[in-house]
Amino acid sequence: MTSPVATLAQRAAADVPPPRRRGSTLLRHLAIAAGAGVILYFVTYQLDPFRNYQLATAAAYLCATAGLTVLVGLSGQLSLGHGALMATGAYTVALVQNKFSDSGTTGSWTLVVSLALGIATATAVGAVVGLAAARLRGPYLAGVTLAVAITVPAITTTLDEIFNGDQGLSVYVEPPPLALGATFPNERWQAWLALVAALLTMLLLANLVRSRFGRSFRAIRDDEVAAALAGIHVARTQVLAFVVSAACAGLSGGMFAVLALSVSPSAFALTLSLFLLLAIVIGGLGSLAGAVWGAALLVVLPDLTESLTDRLTLSPAAEQRLAGNLPLAIFGLTLVVVMIAAPGGLQGLVRRGARWWRAAPDARRAAD
Amino acid sequence: MDRFVFLTLDGLSKGAVYAAFALALVLIWRSTRIVNFAQGALAVVTAYVAYSVTAATTYWLGFAVAIAAGLVLGAVVERGVMRFVEQAPPLNAVTVGLGLVLLIQGALGMIYGNDFRFFPAPVSRHALDIGSLPLLSPYDIVVFASVLLVMALLAVLFTRTRVGLRMRAAAFAPEVSRLLGVRVGRMLTLGWALSAAVGALAGMLVIPTGLGLHPTAMDLVFVTSFTAAVVGGFDSPVGAVVGGVAVGLVLSYVTGYFGADLTPIAVLVLLLAVLLVRPAGLFAGTKARHV
Amino acid sequence: MTAMLEVEGVVAGYGGAPVLHDVTLSVPRGAITAVLGANGAGKTTLLRTLSGLLRPRAGRIVFDGADLHGVPVERLVQRGLAHVPEGRGVVTELTVDENLRLGGLWRRDRAAAAQALAEVYELFPPLAQRRRHAGHQLSGGERQMLALGRALVASPALLLLDEPSLGLAPKVTAQIMALLAQLRDRTGLTVLLVEQNVRSALSVADRGIVMSLGRVVVATESVALRADEDLRHAYLGF
Repeated sequence: MTSPVATLAQRAAADVPPPRRRGSTLLRHLAIAAGAGVILYFVTYQLDPFRNYQLATAAAYLCATAGLTVLVGLSGQLSLGHGALMATGAYTVALVQNKFSDSGTTGSWTLVVSLALGIATATAVGAVVGLAAARLRGPYLAGVTLAVAITVPAITTTLDEIFNGDQGLSVYVEPPPLALGATFPNERWQAWLALVAALLTMLLLANLVRSRFGRSFRAIRDDEVAAALAGIHVARTQVLAFVVSAACAGLSGGMFAVLALSVSPSAFALTLSLFLLLAIVIGGLGSLAGAVWGAALLVVLPDLTESLTDRLTLSPAAEQRLAGNLPLAIFGLTLVVVMIAAPGGLQGLVRRGARWWRAAPDARRAAD
Repeated sequence: MDRFVFLTLDGLSKGAVYAAFALALVLIWRSTRIVNFAQGALAVVTAYVAYSVTAATTYWLGFAVAIAAGLVLGAVVERGVMRFVEQAPPLNAVTVGLGLVLLIQGALGMIYGNDFRFFPAPVSRHALDIGSLPLLSPYDIVVFASVLLVMALLAVLFTRTRVGLRMRAAAFAPEVSRLLGVRVGRMLTLGWALSAAVGALAGMLVIPTGLGLHPTAMDLVFVTSFTAAVVGGFDSPVGAVVGGVAVGLVLSYVTGYFGADLTPIAVLVLLLAVLLVRPAGLFAGTKARHV
Repeated sequence: MTAMLEVEGVVAGYGGAPVLHDVTLSVPRGAITAVLGANGAGKTTLLRTLSGLLRPRAGRIVFDGADLHGVPVERLVQRGLAHVPEGRGVVTELTVDENLRLGGLWRRDRAAAAQALAEVYELFPPLAQRRRHAGHQLSGGERQMLALGRALVASPALLLLDEPSLGLAPKVTAQIMALLAQLRDRTGLTVLLVEQNVRSALSVADRGIVMSLGRVVVATESVALRADEDLRHAYLGF
């Protein structure tokens, strides 16, 4: 039997990030990212084109979910409008790519430039929203970000000489470099691009979370007044969190433009913003590993339910009704159940399991 | 000028529905500090119930059944789901609400399909000419009358009855209320039931004016009413009503003079304009509470 | 005659380690009993356990001859137990009148509730003048009157009072204490009074219970407490 004091201490330990190991955090994160990169490089050679495209999609989602989980989970600001920030990045990439193509400029560097511009635009928009957000709390913040989320179609229709309204724009993206060989599958190239973006995002965010800023985020989330008394500039830190998260969303949106070869307002509707939020909550709020779970779920879950309905033999009419609706219902039900039964999300379950595993030898010894 | 009068009346009629829906949101916020993101979806469920009943019987029976279904549904959602997240961080309740939206929309789609269904209005929606001007339709009058009636009933309930006093006390000071013998849990359930019934009414009133009945028919109404509640201040029922009417008018003028495409931008501008001056809505202030 | 309240071996706390360790005490009828002790002695936790806001992990609470085990908080007011929590517990969003009516809502008999309400207004004339004012417009002393009055509307047999002197001017505290004595003498009200302000509590209390670190260290007549210099130095700081 454990004493109440011991369980308290354990609980406190669970809330604090694991103690710093010796050596630089940056180097350790670099090593992990490089290791993941090498493994994923080989994985992309094992996957068929469709799976590689799914991997690319998940990686593109990850850029956004990782940024959002830092904002919502660590700095405590709710955003229902990240889909709009993704749209900003995506449209910028589309416009810049097409400019390059019209002027006959070629080279792999063009994509890097347009993604950088996409990030910059989303960052600028994020800074504006973040400035307003830093003044707002609770439902008021939710209300403003929700209103931002629904302006995307309005803007694309109003300025339709630039954005081409509901139709959207097609995006010119160069094929994989010839150096890779003439038969190199485009999907594997896309997966590489998206994975590089996702790994860079994760690397930067992991270091940010462990830095002074990361600690300031958590301090503000837990107690604003105490944080201010401890010398943290609350508003500035909150805006910073919003800006960082907007930059990630911009990169994610840009990647989607590159993957889909088109952008349109319907791809960045309110549901996208909500799905991002739901993904990080199911994954485990505030944890970068949880953001990976969430991004994977966004790709896997629709796929899974689709193959489930395919397995059932149904009349065409019934099948038509289930299509789209069953995944929706299952996703919704999962959310409600996870939130009630395991509010820490999947990553919370993983952590609990790991702790149980580590605690198990002690328990065995105690039982002897 | 004629056009202005017409747009004003149209905005008031829309605003009345937004006001009712915003009021339902505020009711729940005040008692549980939860923004009920599932409110639109719950209203759609009651509208489908009304649709089924109306098809078999009469419109007004369907209407009554919808309100009753709202009461039951609100109570079931509070007891069955929301009770478990009331003490948790706010985002948990938001997530459960959004989860319910997806679950409900998926389920309705599977049962009824995703086609728009014709949802009747009980009286004509054609505007009557008042001195050569087409102004109000009989339906607008039904909308005004029912929204005003519901607001009056709620006001009487909360300020003049014993159960209303219990509900307010339970919302403001749950622990003290328990010490005084108030069953706080029951009051919360009752609050959700009332709120969902008001939401059901708003849904019945607004769906005939849109494209028809669909699992997502209330999504935009929810967003608009949420905005209205934010503008008015989430802690103020009066604010919800004022905010609802204000948003209704703004949307009507913008649609009438500039086109419907611009309305979301107008909503955002209105929100920012209000919140940058008063970050907790127009009617915040005297009742500010420290959590 | 049996005691109004018997507490036997109660252990209670908030999660972690218990705050109350094996607390046993008895509150006689028709008297004022003061619970004294330093910050963190467990006085407020004791009251919260008695009124059911906290469930005891062990021990028994017998109120007016009945074991309170498993009785929900909401039922206690009907049985005659009223608790005025620390920080007064006035619902600041409601008016004075609404706060007071709240105290009598549990009654089926509306005439009796109205009667009790009228008596409280008579007892506290300042409240009668401010019926329509919201709770947050009242001064500290008025809020304490309101909280006390609201408990009295329920016509309790036992009144649990948590730090009524907190933040009040000495003169107002004295008025409140005098009122408690008056209620005890006139209506036979039993009071369990938690106080940090030892002098004013002992000025009206019949018995004193001294707590330290979650245990009862002394329970005796208040006259004896006032006289015992060592005890005062050790636990009460004067």
